[in-house]
Amino acid sequence: MANAFSNLPGRAQFAAAGAGLAVQNRFASDGSKGKVANTLFLALMLLALTVAITAIVAILAWAFVEGRTRLDGDLIFNGPSTVNRATAGYSVAILGTLQIIGGVIALIIPLGAGAALYLEQFADKTKWWNRVIELNIQNLAGVPSIVFGILGLAFFVRGPFSWGLVAAAGSATVALLVLPTVILASREAIKAVPPSILEGSLALGATRWQAVWRQVLPAAAPGMLTGVILAVSRAIGEAAPLLLVGALTFVTFAPNFFDGGYSALPVLIYNYAGRPQEEFQILAAAGVLLMLAVLIVINSFAIWLRARSERSW
Amino acid sequence: MSSSVMSERSSSLRTLRSDNPRYGEKAIFAFLFFTAAVSVAVTTAIVLALFQPLPGFFAEISIVEFFTATEWSPGYARPIYGVWPIVVGTMIVVVTALLVAIPLGLLSAIYLSEYAPNAVRKTIKPVLEILEGIPTVATGLFAFFWLRPFLEYMTPWLPWGGLFSTGVAGIAVGLIIVPLIASVADDAMRSVPRALREGAYALGASRLRVALQVVVPAAFSGIIAAFVLGASRAVGETMIVLLVAGAGSPTLNFNPFEGVQTMTAYIASRATGEIAVGSLVYDTIFAVGALLFLITLAMNMIAIRFVARFREVYE
Amino acid sequence: MKKNIIAPVALAAAGLLLLSACATEAEEAAPVAEETAATETTEAASELSGTVLLDGSSTVGPFAEAAAELFMEVNPGVAVTVGISGTGGGFEKFCNGETDGSNASRDIKDEESALCADNGIAFGRVTVANDALSVIVNRDNPLDCISTDALKALWELDSTVANWGDIPGIDAGDLASEEVVLYGPGTDSGTFDFFTDEINGESGNIRTDYNNIGEDDNQAVQGVSGGLGAMAFIPYSFYQEYSDTVKGLAIDSGAGCIDPTVENLLAGDYTPLGRALFMFPASSALERPEVLAFYNFVIDENETIAGAAGLVALTDDQKAEQLAVVAGLG
Repeated sequence: MANAFSNLPGRAQFAAAGAGLAVQNRFASDGSKGKVANTLFLALMLLALTVAITAIVAILAWAFVEGRTRLDGDLIFNGPSTVNRATAGYSVAILGTLQIIGGVIALIIPLGAGAALYLEQFADKTKWWNRVIELNIQNLAGVPSIVFGILGLAFFVRGPFSWGLVAAAGSATVALLVLPTVILASREAIKAVPPSILEGSLALGATRWQAVWRQVLPAAAPGMLTGVILAVSRAIGEAAPLLLVGALTFVTFAPNFFDGGYSALPVLIYNYAGRPQEEFQILAAAGVLLMLAVLIVINSFAIWLRARSERSW
Repeated sequence: MSSSVMSERSSSLRTLRSDNPRYGEKAIFAFLFFTAAVSVAVTTAIVLALFQPLPGFFAEISIVEFFTATEWSPGYARPIYGVWPIVVGTMIVVVTALLVAIPLGLLSAIYLSEYAPNAVRKTIKPVLEILEGIPTVATGLFAFFWLRPFLEYMTPWLPWGGLFSTGVAGIAVGLIIVPLIASVADDAMRSVPRALREGAYALGASRLRVALQVVVPAAFSGIIAAFVLGASRAVGETMIVLLVAGAGSPTLNFNPFEGVQTMTAYIASRATGEIAVGSLVYDTIFAVGALLFLITLAMNMIAIRFVARFREVYE
Repeated sequence: MKKNIIAPVALAAAGLLLLSACATEAEEAAPVAEETAATETTEAASELSGTVLLDGSSTVGPFAEAAAELFMEVNPGVAVTVGISGTGGGFEKFCNGETDGSNASRDIKDEESALCADNGIAFGRVTVANDALSVIVNRDNPLDCISTDALKALWELDSTVANWGDIPGIDAGDLASEEVVLYGPGTDSGTFDFFTDEINGESGNIRTDYNNIGEDDNQAVQGVSGGLGAMAFIPYSFYQEYSDTVKGLAIDSGAGCIDPTVENLLAGDYTPLGRALFMFPASSALERPEVLAFYNFVIDENETIAGAAGLVALTDDQKAEQLAVVAGLG
């Protein structure tokens, strides 16, 4: 029997032939049929991306077409007004949103990274309470935002924290809402760091924490940043929980984080969209563009950070 | 060997050994446990907040009616408290959303991680994240004012009814979770060790095969995590369904071309509405909220089991 | 080769918080105000300072906002804020002592009064504006007037009306064979409550097959203007805004067809769909001069405020009455 492996002795010949067939089966060049499949798949993927990007463009176009007449300086620098609708703006709401997001970021980074690290690196996976924690976190991701509003009202505005109807309560409520996203994404990022990195570090005498802090965390940083980016994107657009926790639709002074009333962009936009006067409809659409601008500013920093710290194995 | 050399060596070893107890590390460990415990605290708080009014509620409303009746009309003159209509509304939206988001998201992720040149990837990934960052109120308004009329115009033969549509709401929700699925799946696939890919290429596999038969299976747990995250988000989405799926009629309606209220839209309307807080009708919020919580819990438990079985570890 | 990301991140976070804090210091109250009609009390009121916290109905919201704005023009030292948690949510916060006044499109309910009583919150009820519901149909609908009996037969729970010709007591003309398409708000809306109570006799009594537009009355207008056989009921402020797009029917409750005009509303003739909008101040809050001044302002400057918010102002009689109510509470 003459084949590619004829010069091998006896059983080795069979083994080699078998291995060769297995590999050929799995990875054989696809020939012309394969090339079609390749191109088709590539076309499909590009189509998928195109659909997603078209959606973004369409939404931006809608907001621009509807809101273009109000894209002026007043939009940013003026406060809310019902009497002078044509020159009303979002200045106070922008500050409120910035403060809320600032608080959210300050909360989700330590809590999210910490919880993810604990679950992946330090927790004993066989202990039942750790499994409960895991399940809890995943479950939180599906709780509707309004329930967090009810929670925030009961626990942050009143109850154990009793902060009152202030921006800090809104910030904490929204932070809890997006925390599961950060934890899940961070966990995946940490899981993805090859264990050899950690083990090598341990072998060189580092303590577990040293190994994690100096090797695993920096390696997992890009993925964790993705989680933060996604979380902030979600947080900035949430109106429903804020409404319950006391976000106002009319306030003319800049917010103080722990004291006094505050507003937020999505709350105002949702409110304006439901009013009959046309100026408010336009204002709502213009507000959407404004929110996107704020979001891009916040996220671009995180995106830059992530790009800097990416690495592959 | 003189003792000085020995002591020299042992002194350098001493600094590496972990029998200097580093109390700071214990504190760090405690802090990490605390952060994880926060998530437990939050869930416990949610469970408390949601489930505590329930005994009082179900003393007045028959739990059998809640789970078996097919009309949901609290606040009406002859109220019936059967939860199925709004459950159906949620399910139509979620299924449509996943049908849209899983193919789009996965395909985008495969492209980004296996095919795209680095420069393209670094531009597109943030652009996709903008899609997720678009406030849901904007996506909802857009879907209501442009998307639905556009789809109705393109497909007049379909039985569109009224101003709302759960199907369109599902499409809109699907669009916003595409970046979520794409990003997390992409990160999962990127972290598959290069050696696996290179080995497959070396054996003559085409890009398509490597992507589908090596990388995707290797990143499977991360990809499923992405799907589950997306599905959870779809179930909990409030604003888009409020604006696009509307409220519909109190009876069962499986038609995606008409408006049907979802559980989340119901809770949001009720919580910000005119009904007195603490009344029976208001307390339906907690019953529906608790049900939603249990549904996502079930979904997540199944997903965790599934992932645990198929996870592949490469080192 | 550790890329240091801690420093940039910490710096950025600090920067973000610093930015908003700096802005907080630098930014002052920036209401957009052109000069509107000055009030007689300008000079005396300007030294007032303090806060007035309002929350509640989203129908009364625009009114409260306009009042706040105009009041702050002459009293720059006072900060008035308005929230829209809904009438129910507003009362809950109010009876927990978290707000100074609750805006409501309905009267307070027994369970809500009980909560206030439990927490020792004494309050009063001030009528601040006249509102109404408008029954709208497509502009090409030949109908101009409809009786309350016909409305009831059309909208009530066991109604079997399918086409315009089936509605008893009206002459549908060309529309007789056209299907009736109904739009209305959901059970969370005060408008729903009011309409069902007044027309169908019982709150929540309504046929189950109407198109539920949820919370946004704009969409009822959209539905009606897009369908010849459509009908909806919306707040009067919406009708005023859209009066060129849809037709508002005159209502006949036994005394003839009454058009939905401001004059008829003020005269009290547009029954039974005329309703009052309320603000409930807390007695303890009224002890503060700025709060008392605010509520008096709301009644004194009622026309300007209602005009700005698209609502109908109080009549002179009502104004006198409400001023007395406030005086009695403060």
